[in-house]
Amino acid sequence: MNLTLKVWRQPSGEARGRLVSYAAQGISADMSFLEMLDVVNEGLIEKGEEPIAFDHDCREGICGSCGVMINGMAHGPMAGTATCQLHMRSFQDGDTIVVEPWRARAFPVLRDLVVDRSPLDRIMQAGGFVSIATGNAPDAHAILVPKEAAELAMDAAQCIGCGACVAACPNASAMLFTAAKVSHLGLLPQGQPERDRRALGMVTQMDLEGFGGCTNYGECTTACPKGISLENIARMNRDFRTAALRARPESAGAGGAP
Amino acid sequence: MSTPLGFAQSTVGRKVIMALTGLLLVGFVMGHMAGNLLVFNGPEAINGWGALLKRSALVLWTVRITLLVAVGLHIWAALTLTRLNQASRPVDYARRVPQASTLAARLMRIGGVLLLAFIVFHLLHLTTGTIHPGYEFSHTDVYGNVVSSFQVPWVALFYIVAMVALLGHLTHGIWSFFQTMGWSHPRLDTIRRTIATVIALMVSLGFIAIPAAILGGVLR
Amino acid sequence: MELKANIPAGDLADMWERHKFDMKLVSPANKRKHTVLIVGSGLAGGAAAATLGELGYNVHCFCYQDSPRRAHSIAAQGGINAAKNYPNDGDSVWRLFYDTVKGGDFRAREANVYRLAQVSVNIIDQCVAQGVPFAREYGGLLANRSFGGAQVSRTFYARGQTGQQLLLGAYSALERQVAAGTVDMHPRTEMLDLIVIDGQARGIVTRDMVTGAIETWFGDAVVLGTGGYGNVFYLSTNAKGCNVTATYRAYKRGAAFANPCFTQIHPTCIPVAGEHQSKLTLMSESLRNDGRVWVPKRQGDTRAPGDIPEAERDYYLERKYPSFGNLSPRDIASRAAKEACDDGRGVGPGGRGVYLDFADAIKRLGEDTIRERYGNLFEMYERITDENPYRVPMRIYPAVHYTMGGLWVDYNLMGTIPGLFVIGEANFSDHGANRLGASALMQGLADGYFVLPATIGNYLGGRKFAAVDASHAEARAAVAQVKDRVARLLAVQGTRTVDSFHRELGKLLWEHCGMARNADGLRTALQRIPELRAEFWRDVKVLGTGEELNQSLEKAGRVADYMEFAELMCRDALERNESCGGHFRTEYQTPEGEAKRDDEHYAYVAAWEYAGDGVPPILRKEPLEYEHVKLATRSYK
Repeated sequence: MNLTLKVWRQPSGEARGRLVSYAAQGISADMSFLEMLDVVNEGLIEKGEEPIAFDHDCREGICGSCGVMINGMAHGPMAGTATCQLHMRSFQDGDTIVVEPWRARAFPVLRDLVVDRSPLDRIMQAGGFVSIATGNAPDAHAILVPKEAAELAMDAAQCIGCGACVAACPNASAMLFTAAKVSHLGLLPQGQPERDRRALGMVTQMDLEGFGGCTNYGECTTACPKGISLENIARMNRDFRTAALRARPESAGAGGAP
Repeated sequence: MSTPLGFAQSTVGRKVIMALTGLLLVGFVMGHMAGNLLVFNGPEAINGWGALLKRSALVLWTVRITLLVAVGLHIWAALTLTRLNQASRPVDYARRVPQASTLAARLMRIGGVLLLAFIVFHLLHLTTGTIHPGYEFSHTDVYGNVVSSFQVPWVALFYIVAMVALLGHLTHGIWSFFQTMGWSHPRLDTIRRTIATVIALMVSLGFIAIPAAILGGVLR
Repeated sequence: MELKANIPAGDLADMWERHKFDMKLVSPANKRKHTVLIVGSGLAGGAAAATLGELGYNVHCFCYQDSPRRAHSIAAQGGINAAKNYPNDGDSVWRLFYDTVKGGDFRAREANVYRLAQVSVNIIDQCVAQGVPFAREYGGLLANRSFGGAQVSRTFYARGQTGQQLLLGAYSALERQVAAGTVDMHPRTEMLDLIVIDGQARGIVTRDMVTGAIETWFGDAVVLGTGGYGNVFYLSTNAKGCNVTATYRAYKRGAAFANPCFTQIHPTCIPVAGEHQSKLTLMSESLRNDGRVWVPKRQGDTRAPGDIPEAERDYYLERKYPSFGNLSPRDIASRAAKEACDDGRGVGPGGRGVYLDFADAIKRLGEDTIRERYGNLFEMYERITDENPYRVPMRIYPAVHYTMGGLWVDYNLMGTIPGLFVIGEANFSDHGANRLGASALMQGLADGYFVLPATIGNYLGGRKFAAVDASHAEARAAVAQVKDRVARLLAVQGTRTVDSFHRELGKLLWEHCGMARNADGLRTALQRIPELRAEFWRDVKVLGTGEELNQSLEKAGRVADYMEFAELMCRDALERNESCGGHFRTEYQTPEGEAKRDDEHYAYVAAWEYAGDGVPPILRKEPLEYEHVKLATRSYK
């Protein structure tokens, strides 16, 4: 099939960007979206034009590197699918496809479709862990975890950190990402000792990074390639609220490791 | 974070403030609506209710101030969060297609502004009587004020439009309340929307019934 | 160069314990004075960085991805082995050790493998304490499954995303140390060279992938956890960015490269759809628990699978290996698929595919049970192929998946350059000529959490390190070489894209050094690779500059290294005149077509020493002695 792409091109973070049209010809329905971009890039290089930069790595929907806004939808039209797993059979011959980077104040564009998602790492640094050092952990069977809790925790832990929730949210909020980690550890016995600290620390860092707030639109969960549910956000809200009420003055401003 | 101020600075904290003040206001509008329906029982009933509410100045002003503070906090939270949310995406998409958000959710802000304008008008209109197009305002004859004011079509229509906005605001607002307070569970989730929609419909239809009845000539 | 394996003397069972006691320690106060550079943030690198940070070392960790959480360990699906024997089905450290040595076709070092099996137990404890959401039974205990044909259930798993969950565990420990200030994380930073000063690995040269800045970093030890080199084949299940550059650059600086020809081909991947194919997707091996593999009996049979009657199907794994059947080990299942396709009986576009059929399982267990077991895999398959595997058999084909070869290391995981440690898939140490399922995660974490943090102290303790910085002659030379290479790549301004060269190299290798090799083919490849390399340097087209985010330039540098490394692989494959594990030389097979090992002549690790450009590398041999596991022919019949 033949398509028209309108791709955001921006040579660097400081430079101005714009949408540029490209013809994508002879595209097979069996190609993934990124393979289609590969083909376009090969053509561009042969013509002496610089290829479109985009983040990608595993191309099997798990590393979370890829992710672009496709026709106004984060990761494109197919539910539960990262950009690398989206195939061109989701499009029709003659379609025009608008391709844009994730947009958020916290995710500055580095080049073309590549953005800086390091705020997500910093949110993790503010409490997305269990503080145990390597070695001499108790026997794995010493900690009983109800199957249901393990399954719920896994539902949340599946987050691939791609940032689609931020991209799709009208407020560019990182609530779903943050909530997924707060939930994952908050649901397990291992996460209990630091549960308050974690919720306070991670939410505070999320705010500091300049993400928006949650207005319960639900766009995030729809865009999420792993279908992380809004229930996680509710859980984080509750954890944050109870933690804030319980917190004693000396433990103000949680986060960070010892 | 251990101080109320710190809590209020966080996005989640401000949402909780919005949710709790919202809950108070939902309670108020439900009571207000129920009281209003007394208008269908004739002038004595509604005028008596009006007089009862004003019997103790202390109670009246406590309620009024509480409501004002609640509205103030609700608006403050909404305003600051909206500003933050708008700033969080300085460069917008050329194209963004909403996938999940309901109309009610997307009209929350504009609906809120409309409701604020309505509240101001409503207070000047039926509380202080500053605005009284085409009739004389009386501080004791609630029935008279209501009937004669809603006989003016644009006033009635404005009230109806505002109550449709309230319908939308409450549908998303009450559902959001559960979410913000963290009350989510697969069994609760299926009825959260129903609860929100039923309350919103009850309140708004109850309010709308009065101008509609007056416009339609049922009450006169 | 001398290959000193440094295996401690004494009994296997308490060797590691005793060694830990014998090794030197670094006092808490001195730890922060030692800087350790760790390249790679996957299970091995990430776990090592976190652990060394916790211990108090001053750690710098580098990864090419935008976040350490994206390392390709994340894609491992099946599980992680550990000799916990929770199911009480007869497992033990000894059995895991035995299975791994045998599975590796007797080309791994006994002492290392035994330690791996011992440490496996601690890994599970560690990960559970971190909050890794492993699958559980209703009673709250951990669930186990049998994996990859193992006769005991020793595999721990988190749905089909075990690698992801283990990596996120290591990543969370790493981020905790970043917050604590013990680890400096450098994402989007690619190592382009190793700096060796006075015979010791003391630093690395990196390129900032956003600004293009070439920088130097110094420390008292360098740890490479940079993964495998499967992408040399262009098409593999590796992530697109996986590359050999770090280990190959270390090789050129004097680190011996061991067994580069040992590559693992995974039997159950989704077949190539067309020329545009950029990578291959693995379907978990667990599918073979219920799926039956077959091809039509007749050559060139183009009927739809449903129209081929039972009598005209060849369930070749069940036929050839009646006792293991569809669960035969990876190398065997892969080769059998290739043979069927070479015989003209392959299915799907291009005839490079075999059926993995669930019809019988669905009839026996019901569609719901199959959906419960494999639902997400079936969905993934349908997303990619647009075919519904509940109705039509899956089409699968083998693909390059893992590389057992890697930089040579001793028992302490140190390479032939003092101060250069190599962990995880990047080293050669534990899997011999074939890796068993669910063992890669185990090795990565064993190295990162438990082995390296102990052995690196032995190296650092009691050694004096002269202060070095960018002004040192060796550092300046390394930087100059890196800059020169970048400039040369940009200066070619030829006509062909980097990918087109990479694709051509991959095809050549797959053809001659893939699932089955022979001397003629390898000689052809050894002749063709230098020609292709020359063409690459004459005709590659890399646009843009070095001082910006330039993905073509990144790829070009990696492909340039593959162009050299491919030759080393073929040379190693040609030199090893036997068949073992993933290395199948068609000249060396039994009359029934099984691998024929030659223990008399080839029971050694082939470690290659770089001898200069244009000069053949020198082969060094580390003999392998089997005192505890009796050399035997692997048989899965």
